[in-house]
Amino acid sequence: MIEIIGLSKSFGDKDVLKNINVAFPPGQVNVVIGASGSGKSVLMKCMVGLVQPDKGKILYEDIDFVEIDYREKKAVREQIGMLFQGSALFDSLTVEANVEFPIKMFSHMSKEERLDRVNFCLQRVHLDNANKLYPSELSGGMKKRVGIARAIALNPKYLYCDEPNSGLDPVTARVIDSLIEEITDEYKITTIINSHDMKTLFDIGDNVAFIYKGNLEFSGSIEDFRLDPNPRIEEFLAASYFKR
Amino acid sequence: MLLFYHFGRYLVFLASMFSKPEKFGIYIRRTFTEMVSIGINSLPIVAIIALFSGGVSTIQTSYQLISTWISKTIIGSIVSDTVILEFAPTITCLVLAGKVGSSIASEIGTMKVTEQVDALEVMGINSAGYLVLPKIIAGVIMVPLLIIIAMFLGIWGGMMAGLATGILPAEMFIEGARSSFKEFNVIFALIKATSFGFIITSIASFQGYFTEGGALEVGQSSTNAVVYSSVMILCADYVIAQLFL
Repeated sequence: MIEIIGLSKSFGDKDVLKNINVAFPPGQVNVVIGASGSGKSVLMKCMVGLVQPDKGKILYEDIDFVEIDYREKKAVREQIGMLFQGSALFDSLTVEANVEFPIKMFSHMSKEERLDRVNFCLQRVHLDNANKLYPSELSGGMKKRVGIARAIALNPKYLYCDEPNSGLDPVTARVIDSLIEEITDEYKITTIINSHDMKTLFDIGDNVAFIYKGNLEFSGSIEDFRLDPNPRIEEFLAASYFKR
Repeated sequence: MLLFYHFGRYLVFLASMFSKPEKFGIYIRRTFTEMVSIGINSLPIVAIIALFSGGVSTIQTSYQLISTWISKTIIGSIVSDTVILEFAPTITCLVLAGKVGSSIASEIGTMKVTEQVDALEVMGINSAGYLVLPKIIAGVIMVPLLIIIAMFLGIWGGMMAGLATGILPAEMFIEGARSSFKEFNVIFALIKATSFGFIITSIASFQGYFTEGGALEVGQSSTNAVVYSSVMILCADYVIAQLFL
């Protein structure tokens, strides 16, 4: 369970997150939605420690991620896998080396064991025979799949996906969605997806948090979200052709 | 005040590199890779600069010494001392600031704007330690080695230029070079080279690491890396000369 309590963040005099309170249940796909600039990326960056919040708590089980020191943060981060918006694969490494990277850094597996794990992860995201390719030789969808393979390489407890479908065609976007859903169910991972793709939300989401101009306007189940009378949610649904 | 802000940020950045590495072996391998990139790959340009600066130095010294009362061996003395004290360490490092500095800043800057640095941090890896420390260690080790090679090639280039143009025979050049040789000059040059190696790699890494934006900003960081490290090399050159000579 990840719980956020009273989280605020501002850059200069611009308040980007205002007193956010939300809980992400374990083993489910939690989708954070909101328009561009609503603050959802900053929220995710706070949750993985890339941005230090001004106030509030981020609880991983009972550990307050904001208060702990660098060494303890490192221990929590080893349980986190993250798929970045642009995939963030290391350009100088092959697909195989990219997926092997976290295993090499944090495990004591032999070379053979590492390669077995890499091949397993790549097969899990349906990427065979791509081991020796470099990121520059991959399509956008393939990069995302390698990103997912790298994120799950160490069996993470928490999986973060920042705009997993951005820049992808609708068919590939659905493939990525299905993969995230399957992996969440299979490994009982707590998944948090940042998206403004409503199809992703309704296809694979279990819970939703809706952020509007730095305020949390809704958090709860997808069914309740559909029925919520909040005009901002209605507007968002209408604009996405999911009008009630 | 902005200068103090950036200097403070630079010091904090340097301090942030020193945390216990996740795996020593990986860091050592990365350091060797950087040694090849910074050292071996810079060898051709260093050799060309050293040979020509030594050669030109012989021709120009001979041009200025028109008196028949002065022995031509003095050309060997002047050229070898100039190469050891200034040309090899300073001129070579100014060129390395351009080649190595821009390469480091654009590599780390691109990693930063494409979220690769964030990816390292999220994995629980100290990105500054992983990316920058091997480059600084490689710079501090390889730049002095490059300078030693530049010294040999510079003096050899000076001797060959004297021979090729008929200014003075090789024996006279060597005699002059030997007569004025002081071990301390080489030590002094190596102190400079070590300092310059640190300046080039650390400033370039700092510029790259704090890049924000896109391709334009990566280019700006790369330019800043070359400009700031060149200026700092010249300042350090002056300070070291004042302290040791």
